[in-house]
Amino acid sequence: MRKDLLDLRTITTGEIQYLLDTAASFKEVLARPVKKVPTLRGKSVALLFFEASTRTRTSFEHAAKILSADTYNLAGSTSSVVKGESLKDTMLTLRAMEIDAFVIRHPQSGAAALAAKYVPECPVINAGDGTHEHPTQGLLDMMTISNAKGRIEGLTVAIVGDILHSRVARSNIWGLSKMGANVRLVGPKTLMPRDADQLPATVYTNLSAGLEGADVVNVLRIQLERMDAAYFPSIAEYSKLFGVSKAKLQIAAPDVTVLHPGPMNRGVEIDSALADDPEISVICDQVTNGVAIRMASLFWLMGARSA
Amino acid sequence: MAGYDLEKMTAAAVVMDHDEMRRAWTRVAHEVLERNKGAANLALIGIHRKGGPLAKRLAVNMARIEACEIPFGILDISLYRDDFRTYQPRVGTTKIPFDIEGARVILVDDVLSTGRTVRAALGALVDLGRPASIQLAVLVDRGHRELPIRADYVGKNIPTARREFVRVSLAELDGSDCVEIYKDVAP
Repeated sequence: MRKDLLDLRTITTGEIQYLLDTAASFKEVLARPVKKVPTLRGKSVALLFFEASTRTRTSFEHAAKILSADTYNLAGSTSSVVKGESLKDTMLTLRAMEIDAFVIRHPQSGAAALAAKYVPECPVINAGDGTHEHPTQGLLDMMTISNAKGRIEGLTVAIVGDILHSRVARSNIWGLSKMGANVRLVGPKTLMPRDADQLPATVYTNLSAGLEGADVVNVLRIQLERMDAAYFPSIAEYSKLFGVSKAKLQIAAPDVTVLHPGPMNRGVEIDSALADDPEISVICDQVTNGVAIRMASLFWLMGARSA
Repeated sequence: MAGYDLEKMTAAAVVMDHDEMRRAWTRVAHEVLERNKGAANLALIGIHRKGGPLAKRLAVNMARIEACEIPFGILDISLYRDDFRTYQPRVGTTKIPFDIEGARVILVDDVLSTGRTVRAALGALVDLGRPASIQLAVLVDRGHRELPIRADYVGKNIPTARREFVRVSLAELDGSDCVEIYKDVAP
C-alpha cells in the first residue's frame, strides 16, 4: 500500500491508470452546479508552499474542498520557517495537531520525500520539489493528452525547452514512457540534463528535428528565476531558435496538440496566437484536469484509509 | 461487494430465473405507472452498477406500456459511502443527462438489504437538485434493514439469513439473467 505520491518514476502503470480513471469520474463532480461531495469530511490537509505558486496551490485547495476536507495554507514567507524552523519541526508540529495529509512544494529536490519520513502515518503529496518531480502535473498532462488523442500508447510526445531545471519534464518523461509513448526531449544542449541519456527519452538539440511528426508538444516555461548562469545568449535568441509557433509546427503531425504547464512567457517559449488557438492548444483543459487529478490523488491516499 | 468473498461461498439456489425476473419487472413497471397516474414528470435513476441496466429496463417497459419517453440516468454513490477499505476504491461516474429539480425520481437498485446504499444515494441525489419526490424500486428485498428505509416497489421479497448473500446477474453486465442465493461456508 502506497502512503505518499512523491514521483512518477517509482509508480506503477496500474496506479497511473487508476488515478487517470478516478480523475475522469471526478471531472463530473467538478462540472456540477454544487461542487461538493462528503468523501473526506472531517479530514484535514495542510498545504505547505515554500515556493511561489498560484495554480498548483489553488488547484489542490479546490480539490480538497470539493471532497469536503478542511485545508490549511502555510506559505514559507508567513510561517515559522522565517524564524528558522526546520522542515522536520514544521512537519512534527502539524502532525501533533492531527493534520491528516500534507501537500508540499519546496525549492529543494527530495524535500517531499524527506518530509514524508517525519510523518510515518500520513500521506504526503509532492507538489513540486526543486528540479526533481511534479507528479500531479505529469498525471494531469497524461489525462489531457489521453482526452485529446484517445490514447497515450504509441504517441510521439516532444517536450520542448528547459529540460534541465524542469520537474514537470521529469514527471512527464517517467509517466509517458511507462504508458507507452515515445518521448523526445527538445532544447539547447545547455538546458539538457547531464544524465539525459539515462532517461527513457530521445534527445534533440534542433527544434525542427524534434517537432517532426510529433503528435503532442509540451512546451516548458523558461524559468527566468533559475537563470543564474548564462544558459543561452539572450531571450530573443532562445525565442527565435526554440520558441514554438504555428509556423514551426507545420512539420508536426497535422492534428498536433500543444500543452504548457504555465505560467506562460507569451512570445518567449510559446507564441501567443498558438497558446490561444482552441484547435491546437489544450492549456485550459490542463488546468481543469489538474483539479480532477488532485481530487483523485487525495481520494486515493486519504479515502482508502478512512473507515 | 464488500465483505463477501464469493469464492468462499457456495451457490445454494437460483431463486429467480430470466422469465421470473422479466415478469416481476414488468409488473413493477405497471405499478410505477399506476401509482404515479402515468409517466408525467417521472425520471428513472439507477444506482451504479446493477441499478443502471434495471432502470433502463424499466424505462423500456414503461415506454412500451404508455407510449412515452422517460428520462433515465445513472447515479454513482461511491463518494457518499463511509466504508472505503480497499487499496484502490473504484469510483464510477454519475450520468444524469437531465435536471432532477422538481422531477418525480424513481431510484432503482438490484438488492435492498441494510438500506445503507439507499441512504448514500439519497444524499447524492439531493446534492444534485431538489426532486419533487423520490421513490424506491428494487428487484429483490432480502431484509435485514439497519435504517428506517423501505422500498415502494419490490420485484420479489426473499427472506434470507444474515450469513447468506443474494447475487443478481444481469444479461447486460454478466451475460445472463438470474438471482442466486449464496451461503457462507461453515467455518
